[in-house]
Amino acid sequence: MRKHSKSAQKAAKAKTIELKGAFTIYEATRYKRVLLEALEQAVDLEINLSKVSEIDTAGVQLLVLAKREAIKQKKALRLTAHSQATLDAIDMYALGGFFGDPVIISSAKGRSRSGDAQAQGRGA
Amino acid sequence: MDTHPALQTFVAESRDLLREMESALLELERTPEHGDSVDAAFRAAHTIKGSAGVFDLEAVVELTHAMESVLVDVRSGDVPVTADLVALLLSCGDHISALLEACEAGDGAHDPEIALAGRTLVEQLASFSASGLTHLPEAASARPEDLQVESSHDREVESDTWHVSVRFDRDVLRNGMDPLATLGFLATLGRIESLTTLFDAMPEARAMDPESCYVGVELELSSGAGKSDIEAAFEFLREGSVIHILPPHSRVSEYLDLIARLPEDDTRLGELLTASGALTERELQQGLEVQRVARELEHTDQAADRIGEILVRERVVQTEIVEAALEKQKSAKERRSGDGAFLRVRADKLDELINLIGELVIASAGTSLAARRASDVETIEAAATMARLVEQVRDGSLMLRMVPIGETFNRFNRSIRDLGRELGKDVDLVLSGAETELDKSMVERISDPLMHLIRNAVDHGIEAPELRLQRGKPARGQLRLNAYHETGSIVVEVSDDGEGLNRNRILERAIELGLVTEGQPLADQDIHRLIMEPGFSTAASVTNVSGRGVGMDVVKRNVEALRGSIAIDSVEGEGTTVSLRLPMTLAIIDGFLVGIGKSSFVVPLDMVVECMEITHEQRASVSDSGFINLRGDVLPLLRLREVFDVQGNPAKRENIVVVQYGGKQAGFLVDALLGEFQTVIKPLGKLFEHLSGISGSTILGSGDVALILDVPALVQRAVSTEASRCGEAAAKLIESK
Repeated sequence: MRKHSKSAQKAAKAKTIELKGAFTIYEATRYKRVLLEALEQAVDLEINLSKVSEIDTAGVQLLVLAKREAIKQKKALRLTAHSQATLDAIDMYALGGFFGDPVIISSAKGRSRSGDAQAQGRGA
Repeated sequence: MDTHPALQTFVAESRDLLREMESALLELERTPEHGDSVDAAFRAAHTIKGSAGVFDLEAVVELTHAMESVLVDVRSGDVPVTADLVALLLSCGDHISALLEACEAGDGAHDPEIALAGRTLVEQLASFSASGLTHLPEAASARPEDLQVESSHDREVESDTWHVSVRFDRDVLRNGMDPLATLGFLATLGRIESLTTLFDAMPEARAMDPESCYVGVELELSSGAGKSDIEAAFEFLREGSVIHILPPHSRVSEYLDLIARLPEDDTRLGELLTASGALTERELQQGLEVQRVARELEHTDQAADRIGEILVRERVVQTEIVEAALEKQKSAKERRSGDGAFLRVRADKLDELINLIGELVIASAGTSLAARRASDVETIEAAATMARLVEQVRDGSLMLRMVPIGETFNRFNRSIRDLGRELGKDVDLVLSGAETELDKSMVERISDPLMHLIRNAVDHGIEAPELRLQRGKPARGQLRLNAYHETGSIVVEVSDDGEGLNRNRILERAIELGLVTEGQPLADQDIHRLIMEPGFSTAASVTNVSGRGVGMDVVKRNVEALRGSIAIDSVEGEGTTVSLRLPMTLAIIDGFLVGIGKSSFVVPLDMVVECMEITHEQRASVSDSGFINLRGDVLPLLRLREVFDVQGNPAKRENIVVVQYGGKQAGFLVDALLGEFQTVIKPLGKLFEHLSGISGSTILGSGDVALILDVPALVQRAVSTEASRCGEAAAKLIESK
């Protein structure tokens, strides 16, 4: 996995967006636009997840898409202040390693699994 | 010891498996180069071993294990297939079935004699096995040392988790389902040891549809749950999603298959699987390498060996591991497919159902009659609808009892082989029409007569190889079993290409026994029929008349008890064909109701060819000649009124019912044609056993009893009467000259 060194430009074009409420299939089309537009405008994008009350696979997918685009465009994308719902979902899909964000993990079980996933991520 | 219901199932299933194994072994003996039959035999032995372990049947486990070991060697080519080996394996099968019987009877397998026999077999098997029974890789083998070390290392590494691989359907989300929930459910079944999510299917940002699902998951689940439980997690997602579930200890080859089938890059998947602990790096590399080499070596049309087999041969994976994997997943697979396709039902439950339907048929006929009497249109219509439905139900339930005869045929494979070996004859069994169906109860009851006929054919029909060569026949004799449907009956033929029946010797013997008088003109068929006379089956006749006729009267009686008939066709020096003609079912038939005076009779509808009214001038000629001219053919007639001695005068108009049986036609003269009638056959009591011309009785809707005509017997009578009349006429003609 490529490491994203936080470059000097980051300060110049940093941007934070906040997702709120249900981040699910019903909102997916709208959020896709929101995320991609935000990514276009920023070099360093921070997505605050603290107010996401609900997230499903469609939501996780969009986060993955955004992260992938960011990597492709050599930009930084960080997920911060994960709500419990987003933590659970990312945890279930073992994507902690993929996003590479520092998260505060509550359950021991969850930690061991995302640890595995990180190992795999590096292998791949 | 009370017999556990599961044990009964085990015994029943094992019997099926033993049968499969037997045919696989016979196949193996015929075509040793075919790997399939070894696999089949191995699978059968293995499944039995697995289930026997559950029931603590140690003797069975021990023997099947020994069989497996030998079969593994056979498969790898270390042990050649010989007749002795196959014979030994076959007797192992017999021993297992004896053990099963003992265990079903409830006396366990503690009979010292049986135990001793089992041990002897195991020892014999061990002497065949190339590498002994334990199957640990032998240090003496030519493999490099490090591979040996690796192989023992493998055992520890071999993961004991389920591997679940899912590529969700694009529309999963749109359909309101969330894979997250599915994974959550899986997590409740056990522990998700590791999980990798793949988004490779997701297109680049512009083309990505946020409502589609692009998720793929590879996960390791350690769980005590069965495959069906795990599958159940995906129940609502199954449609369109690609789901692979590999049980713990699956073979490396299955992982390789999985890798090949998944859409993502093979190398990436390989790394993923090793990272998640499903495979060791070494297993993967060696598996791939061997597969590649094998492919290069045999890159002709022969398919590359399955990697599992290669690994076993290379001693990379220990045989036990493969065995354990095979056992677990094969049994899981078999159970699943078996459950879906078949339902085991107790035969007596089915019989009860058929009986009830028989009663229903009668009741329905009664309703129809009552409706017609009441001449209420609505009631008549309702009754007609019901009658039609009852008919369908009847056909459907009778179909439930129908089984293909092939299973019975296959059973003879073994007997013929054993018999051939015993008598020093080489006999090939050729089966045809194995898919022909007939009633289950019928199958059981013709098995013995058929066995008898086959023994006769091999013992007395087919000559010794030297004699056959002398006569210009191939050394290997041929025995054919054929079955087909014909006008409501099933015909089973047993034919051999042996020496056939010696007409003159039979005749001599018959005259000796006083069965026929000298100079009596007899057709070949009639002479052949003589061998079924009770007197013929004496010890003396075995030597006198090429042995044919041993117990033939028993066969004949058995077949006739089933309302069937038997015909023999033989050409001296070329072979004999014995045909059994049997009704398809014993319970219910479509009948044709005819009236004579006040009595009703039923003719089985299948045998009715046509009906016609007899003209006035015909009537006069009929009464003295006993036959009519039916479109240029002679049709012998039977006046049923006379046959059954019915009181009263013939009706003003008489009808002829033309029936056919066994290629012969005859006409029955009756008063009235009453139409089709579903007939439930009720057997006649013992008192009427010897009543000729009647095969059973039935109850009409009105509550009256109608007798069912024994058409074969009546046709025979009509034909022979006609023949004797012809004979008399001819004699008169000669005298007058």
